[in-house]
Order: sequence, then structure tokens, then C-alpha cells
Amino acid sequence: MKNGLGPSGGSIDMVLLDHGSGGLASSRLIKEMFLARLSNPILDELEDSAELHLEGIRVAFSTDSYVVDPIFFPGGDIGELAVNGTINDLAMKGAEPVALSLGLILEEGFPGQDLARIMDSVARSARQAGVSVVTGDTKVVPRGKADKIFINTSGLGLLLHDFPLTASRIRPSDLILISGTVGDHGATIMTRREGLGLDGGLSSDTRPLHRMARALVDELGPEVRAFRDPTRGGLATSLVEMAHKAGLSFEIREEAIPVRDEVAQVCEILGLDPLYLANEGKMIAVVSQDAAARALEIMESMPESDGPAVIGRAVERGVVPVVMETAVGGRRAVEMLTGEPLPRIC
Amino acid sequence: MPSLVSSAVFSSSISSMDKMDRRERVRLLASAIERELPNVEGRPVTIMEVCGTHTMSIFRHGLRGLLPPGIKLISGPGCPVCVTSQSQIDAAIALSQLPGITVATFGDMLRVPGSSGLSLAKAKAQGADVRMVYSPFDALALARREPWRKVCFLAVGFETTAPVVAATIRAAARVGLENFTVFSCHKTMPKALETLFSAEDVRVRGLLCPGHVSSIIGEGPYRFLPESYGISCAIAGFEADEILLGILSLLRQMASGRPRVENCYPRAVSPGGNPRAIAEMEAVFKAADALWRGLGNIPGSGLEIRDEFSAYDAASRFDLSPPAPEKRASSCICGQVITGKASPADCRLFSRACTPSDPQGPCMVSSEGACAAWFKYGGVRP
Repeated sequence: MKNGLGPSGGSIDMVLLDHGSGGLASSRLIKEMFLARLSNPILDELEDSAELHLEGIRVAFSTDSYVVDPIFFPGGDIGELAVNGTINDLAMKGAEPVALSLGLILEEGFPGQDLARIMDSVARSARQAGVSVVTGDTKVVPRGKADKIFINTSGLGLLLHDFPLTASRIRPSDLILISGTVGDHGATIMTRREGLGLDGGLSSDTRPLHRMARALVDELGPEVRAFRDPTRGGLATSLVEMAHKAGLSFEIREEAIPVRDEVAQVCEILGLDPLYLANEGKMIAVVSQDAAARALEIMESMPESDGPAVIGRAVERGVVPVVMETAVGGRRAVEMLTGEPLPRIC
Repeated sequence: MPSLVSSAVFSSSISSMDKMDRRERVRLLASAIERELPNVEGRPVTIMEVCGTHTMSIFRHGLRGLLPPGIKLISGPGCPVCVTSQSQIDAAIALSQLPGITVATFGDMLRVPGSSGLSLAKAKAQGADVRMVYSPFDALALARREPWRKVCFLAVGFETTAPVVAATIRAAARVGLENFTVFSCHKTMPKALETLFSAEDVRVRGLLCPGHVSSIIGEGPYRFLPESYGISCAIAGFEADEILLGILSLLRQMASGRPRVENCYPRAVSPGGNPRAIAEMEAVFKAADALWRGLGNIPGSGLEIRDEFSAYDAASRFDLSPPAPEKRASSCICGQVITGKASPADCRLFSRACTPSDPQGPCMVSSEGACAAWFKYGGVRP
């Protein structure tokens, strides 16, 4: 303690749901609470996973916790998400995932049948992705002290290429690709959670992306500048973060961004923007202009993709990090998510 | 008619329209506006979009950049979260802290700061039972599912939302539900517009009237604006081309010197509005005085629950302190922004002390607030 004051929480007097939304409030929490205390060159990068050099071996290391509600949803469940999510954090560094840890926090009274179903998903997803769960931990808390099941997974992956995949390597004229439709997972969960009966045709996009990422890196090498999986905060937040890190601006075209009709409709009704909805099986790839056509072909050839598209390009730093040409021909800034995505009220 | 349902109906008829077609229409309308503007005397021509949904759509589509510099768009008092008085916000927060009470409301209301700095979201983090719902019927369902909770629906909104809330109250009355109440903060639009335009320093010459409120009340309630105040009015939909069509109509009215109410949204708005929705609203609510943020007390501009439904009126079941004079906790100028006297960028707090993740006033909280729109989509001057 200094000057008789308590430890500094910066501007945060209380943790709110906003702080977990992956947007501006989350980055403030990270900066004021965590970086203020834990800062080091690896953590300060704030990438999807950390890059470590261990006795000449380069590995990627990442951790993520899963608290999704509902735990079962169209297209997947919390177990599948916990495996794919952490694999994708490794994949965004171009890593070959090799091992996962699995930490479970279970609420007293949680049905064995549901747990078995989730663990089957974990096993199946890990097998399909070619990784093993090599260590784990279980805690059970009294009823009401946690909501059914929370999962933490950490992952370790090998970095087989010899250049960093990071937004700071992006150059003006590089092109920005997305591997498929945006907002599927977020729209699925939002409509399920609220029990709106609007979920017809919606399904989560949870899937592992490491094979597609590796295929791009293997063939195109350093022409691939950076990857990002736009999870919480959605495409918009990820693009703003990447542009900031690159010290450049991105220009994107609304018309080029693939959005499923069902997702667009739910967004209309609830007043949401698909650009801010979470994805669990999509990647942003920034590649050199020359490599873009081939990158798109590689994506299209893989089952993980889902209507990939070039959505924009990097340019010299302008007034705002991300500018969008709207579908009707206007121009506007794209900002990070600010707070939980909330419905409009009239 | 529920606002969610009505917007769904509107959008489903729109989404069939080809996207390129819309882009072309926007281009044609923008050039028609540019050609019409020189025929209007006096620059800049100030137009107010009354409704928060218009504000958001204008920003989301980047329409400001498509308009010639001689047109100035300002936001009006049509954001229900923004115009809810500080005393009602404070009363709702106090209510949420009473034992056994569940406050259910629309997501945007959760983060509006009370005068003490607490918000419903912060009260929730401290243990109050506050739930976000998408419709008043969700709150009713909650009350039936959890009969041990006293569920109070915090109702904000205009003529679009009030009929749905009225239907909810009647549904609760039909089954004799005892643990459901409504805290009515509803407001009605025409009297607020009259207050705004009867002031002396009005620069606004044209009014973009809200499509969904108009679908309930029709064209009639706006007629006093051209007749008594010389204000041109256009009822407009919410898509980019529909908004531009409304602006073009306003310029043509001004150029001809004959202000009137033009319905540019006839597929959703009939001249007499929606009599069923009005009847529903009138069965449950009666006009009452209401305190508006930025506009003060406006006689007859609020909706109070009628005596026969007082069992469902939170104001009669709980001690909600009566509207006290508005006190402002900070130097937030939301009140001036709502009335078009200032733009968000004129505020000292804007984008510095006040951001959507740490809002100082409701215009930054609401997804339809002018400050949130400026923050989220502003910053680009093409």
C-alpha cells in the first residue's frame, strides 16, 4: 500500500459484465488491472497466444475459459468450444497444436449425463483436431456458486515456421481476408439464451482452424502477415485491434463481408450488428496483395472455410483505424465493441 | 403492435429488395438532394431527425458524407432511454435494491448512470436482481415462472412500445397475476415536439418524423407543426434510401414555401395510424405530466396507468419518489443534445470522460443515443 491507499484498480471500481465482453471495457481491465502488474515483453504483445523460445524450440502457449450459456446449442456445446477455442488461439500464430490441459469447475448437482455428453464432445473434438488432453483438474463448488459447468483449457503448439505472424508485419496495400460468414456463433447463442424462438436455421460455427492456418503459412510463407480469430467483440473489434497494432488504417467494404441471411435477419430484429457478434470458427488473414488470390483459393479448398472473401485492405494510417464503405456507398468509422451487445428498444 | 414485431415486419419487406438496387437508389436520391438544395433559401438548412433509430441508421450507413455540406442534421428527443428523467432512473435503481424485487427492462436501461453514480448494471453486480428482457411479455413470463419474485417491468418508450406494454398489463390482469407490476416511464411525442418548436431560438426547419411511432399515431398529430410553426415534416422509414427520400421531401417543401406533413413511408404508415394499437394504449394508460431530460416537465406528455389497473402500477404498489426537479451529477450536456441545441462534440466529456463503456449520460448509453452514434461511427469526414 502506498500513501495509505488501497491497491489501485485504475478507473475500475467494480467488475461489470461489460468487462468480459471482449470490447473496449475488456481492454481497459486488461491494461489497468493485469498489464499494470504483470507486464513483460511476451504478455505485452497481447496476442491470441504467447510465443516462447525454449532451448531453441519455438512454441505457442495459450489459455482460455469457457462459460457459455446455454451449454448445449445448435452446432456444438461447451466441450467442443473449449477444445476448438484454444486450438484456434494457437492456430492464429500458425502453430501446430500438440497438447491441451482441461480444467473443470462443476456445480454440485450437475447431471452426470450432461457431463458425459460434454466429455464425449471434448474427446471427439480433440481427436478430430489431432491433439491430446495431457493434464487436467476438477473442482466441484456448492450449488448456486457456479452455473452448471465452467471449463478452462490451455494449449501448447509447435511453431514450425521461422517468422512471426503478427499485425505489426502488416504493410500498406496488404489485403484482408475472412474465411467465411460472420456472426453465426453470436447470433445462435443470443437467440438461444433469450429463448426468442428466432433461432430457425442458426447454428454455431465452432471448428478448429489450425489446418487452414498451417496450409496458408506452408505455401505462402512470410507473405502471410497475421491471423486473428474474431471471437468476442466480433470482426469489428479484431480489425480495430489489428490496425492499431499495425500502426495503419484498414479500409473495408460492407458489401464484401459475408453474412448468412438468418444472421442478418436476427440482427435486424434485435438491433444487433453482425460485425460485433462472436465467431468461433472464422479467421481474419492479412496477406500481401500478390498472395491474396492464392490465399483465397487455399481457403476455398478447405472444409473449414465457409464462403471466404477479401473484405478490405491496409492503407497508411488515417484519422481512424478502420473505415468502412457502407453497402449504400457511404463511409463511416468502425469502432471496437463497447459493452455487451444490447438490443435496441424501439 | 410490438416494436420488435413491427420492425421485423418492416425489414422483411425490405430485405427482398436487391442490394445493388438500393445502392443505386441512394446514389440517385443523393444527387436529387444536391440539385434541390440551391432552390432552398438560407444555409445551412437544419433538419432534425426526431428518432434515435434514424440517428443510428444515418450514421451506420454513412449518410452524412453523402449529403451536400449545406444540410445540417441534428438529433432530436426520440431516444426513449435518453429522455427518461434522472429522477425516474434513480427511482428504478432504488426499487431494484428492495428485497424480493426483480427489475426487468430493456438492455440499454441497465447502464444509465443514476445521480449517485450507481446504475442498474452496478446494482446488479452488487446483488440486486436486474434482468434484461427484449419485450414486456418476457417480463410477464418471468413473473409467472418465478412467482416468489415481485417482478417490475421498467417501461420506457413512445407510442410504439406503449401498446405492447398495455397488452402485457391486460394479459396479467386476465390471469390475475399478483407479482407483476409496470413502472411506466412512457412518453408521447407530439407534445414534446410542440415544446421544442414553440421555443424562441428554433433553427430547425424540417423534421424527419419517426416511421414506427407514426405507424401507431398516423399523420394527424404532426399537422400543427407546419400549420403553427412553419416546420416541414416528412414521415420516413429507416433504410438509407428511405431517409434520403424524407430529406428530399423536406427540401422540396421548403423550396416551394409550403410546409406540410408528407408521408414518405406509406407502406407502413396509414394516415390514421393504427386504431387498434391506440385503443389498446388508451384502455390501460391515461395522459399525465412527464418530466423529460432536457425539456423539463411537459403537461400531458406521459402515460400513467389507469386506476382500474392500479394493481399493476409500480407507482401505486411501491414507494417511487415523485418526480423531483432534475439534478445533474456532472457537466454532461445530454439535455442540450436531445433538444438539438448542441452536438455531442460540443460536450467537454465526449470521448474523454464519457465513452460507451463508461457513460456519463444516457445519450452515450443508449444504442440509439446521439452521443453513442457519434462515438461509434463518427470520426470520418470523407
